[in-house]
Amino acid sequence: MASTASNTRASAARWGWLWRTTVWTVMGFFLLNIVFMILTVLVNSTATRWFGTLLPEAFTLKWYGWAWNEFQLAHILLVTLEVVFAVVVLALLLGVPAAYALARANFPGKRGVLLLVLIPMLVPPVTYGIPMATAFYQAGVGGTLAGVILSNLVPALPFVILVMVPFIEQLDPSLESAARIFGASTAQYFRHVLMPLLVPGMLAAALLVMVRTIGMFELTFFTAGPSSQTLVVALYYGVFSTGVRPPQAIDAMAVMYMAITLVFVLIALRFVSPTQLVSRVKEAPREA
Amino acid sequence: MNAALQAKRDRRGWLAAPAAIVLLALFVYPFLYGLFISFKPMEGGPFWANYAHFFSTATDWGTLWITFKLAAPATLINLGMAVPVAFALRRPSRMQRVVTTLLVVPITLGTVLIADGMLTFYGPVGWFSQALHALHLYDGEVRITHNYWGVLISLVISDFPFVFLLTLSYISGIDPTLAKAAGTLGAGPWQQFRLIYLPLLVPGLAMAAALSFVQTYAVFPSAILLGAPAGPTRVISIAAYEAAFENYDYGMASAIAMIMGAAQLIVVAAIFAFRKAFYTGPATSGKG
Repeated sequence: MASTASNTRASAARWGWLWRTTVWTVMGFFLLNIVFMILTVLVNSTATRWFGTLLPEAFTLKWYGWAWNEFQLAHILLVTLEVVFAVVVLALLLGVPAAYALARANFPGKRGVLLLVLIPMLVPPVTYGIPMATAFYQAGVGGTLAGVILSNLVPALPFVILVMVPFIEQLDPSLESAARIFGASTAQYFRHVLMPLLVPGMLAAALLVMVRTIGMFELTFFTAGPSSQTLVVALYYGVFSTGVRPPQAIDAMAVMYMAITLVFVLIALRFVSPTQLVSRVKEAPREA
Repeated sequence: MNAALQAKRDRRGWLAAPAAIVLLALFVYPFLYGLFISFKPMEGGPFWANYAHFFSTATDWGTLWITFKLAAPATLINLGMAVPVAFALRRPSRMQRVVTTLLVVPITLGTVLIADGMLTFYGPVGWFSQALHALHLYDGEVRITHNYWGVLISLVISDFPFVFLLTLSYISGIDPTLAKAAGTLGAGPWQQFRLIYLPLLVPGLAMAAALSFVQTYAVFPSAILLGAPAGPTRVISIAAYEAAFENYDYGMASAIAMIMGAAQLIVVAAIFAFRKAFYTGPATSGKG
């Protein structure tokens, strides 16, 4: 009896070891591929010529200057900055009060508002982007900077609300009672009590929206005109026209895009956990 | 007193109004507008002519199946990889932090950059094929870009981190004392997983599968950049995009977007129906 038990334990340990090795091999292979994929972009962007060898013939930085001029990156970066800034400001202005209402108030239609916030997070941008672009062009904002900003607001606003609701819920409600007792109006309470407490949450939400807006391809692609492209759309056109333009220059643009995104990701990771960057459904009503 | 408090609460609900109005205007209205014009065929005919055209043109309805052939395997691969890795990393640790941080990188970089990197890395003369040749694993020409495989790999790279982080948040939400109790009663790691974690995880996995499928079914830039958009990877979003921005037939484009949304909804409904049939509650022990 005792020997069978130790036998099964030994075989279980062997299987456990095999299992762990398999899992980590697969995972390691996956991560290795990503690392080398990114390295490929970096190396190619500094290559004079690279074809079928382990490393390029020689290294140069000329493609960065070439890409900067050829793709008009100064203008594209300015547009990207404008879009990201406008989206973040609008999403916070509209989203924080809404998050407060959803976290603290009971009002008729609350479920409807919650649904209105959740659905844009669950439907992929391509699915709603095409009717949206159509309506935007019909309304005259298609192809303009305003159109790009408004389209990016659709995923950003619900995201801010979903990040802020749990943040507001965990604040002590007695603070509000105290402010009320001292005669603060709702506006005063917002400005002097709630806002200072919400700054860390808003900072996190703003950073997350920044990262997501910089990378938001589909909606920007559908609604941008020639002069309202953001960096990720310019990168798409670059990759699309690889035959026409030197791939090194496109990779130079890709490196700039990566650098900008990763700077914001690294800043964001100081304030939020990695899961928060993606778990858009944490607050979704889970089916029991 | 109570009534007065109630009234005050109701007024705070208005703080959600601006956000709700913006989402109604930018998300719900465009959707309804798209639905409306999808029933107004450009070339005349009955109101369902756009839909009839889609389902009677092989290159159009074929995209439903082409997209499914990409989205379903990608979802299964991602879930199949995510569950064991998330299980192995279910306790907070340095390793968990490192892996989650690394996995955030491909998510934030986005599909366009992944496509750019993959084109060189997995290309016929890229490092990946060089490595295969050097290790003599495969000596022919490595063709995994500009076809089905390129798009499938890109879907795994861009969507696996998302599924993993989602699964991890579900798995780490399961009370570890349950598994500990099972361990005390002699259950090995595999039994703990199968009898404790898996049943509790099924609702979360159904959710992750549904979200992953919906996202991968909306594959767009990588199907163009990494696939063969004229044929084998002409996914449904490409059909919608071409209708809108190449043929300027917005009614047809909206009709395709509606069909795409319906297809996503049907599969999601199927996933939850399957879940319901497979699993009815935590009391699975009675079935044994």
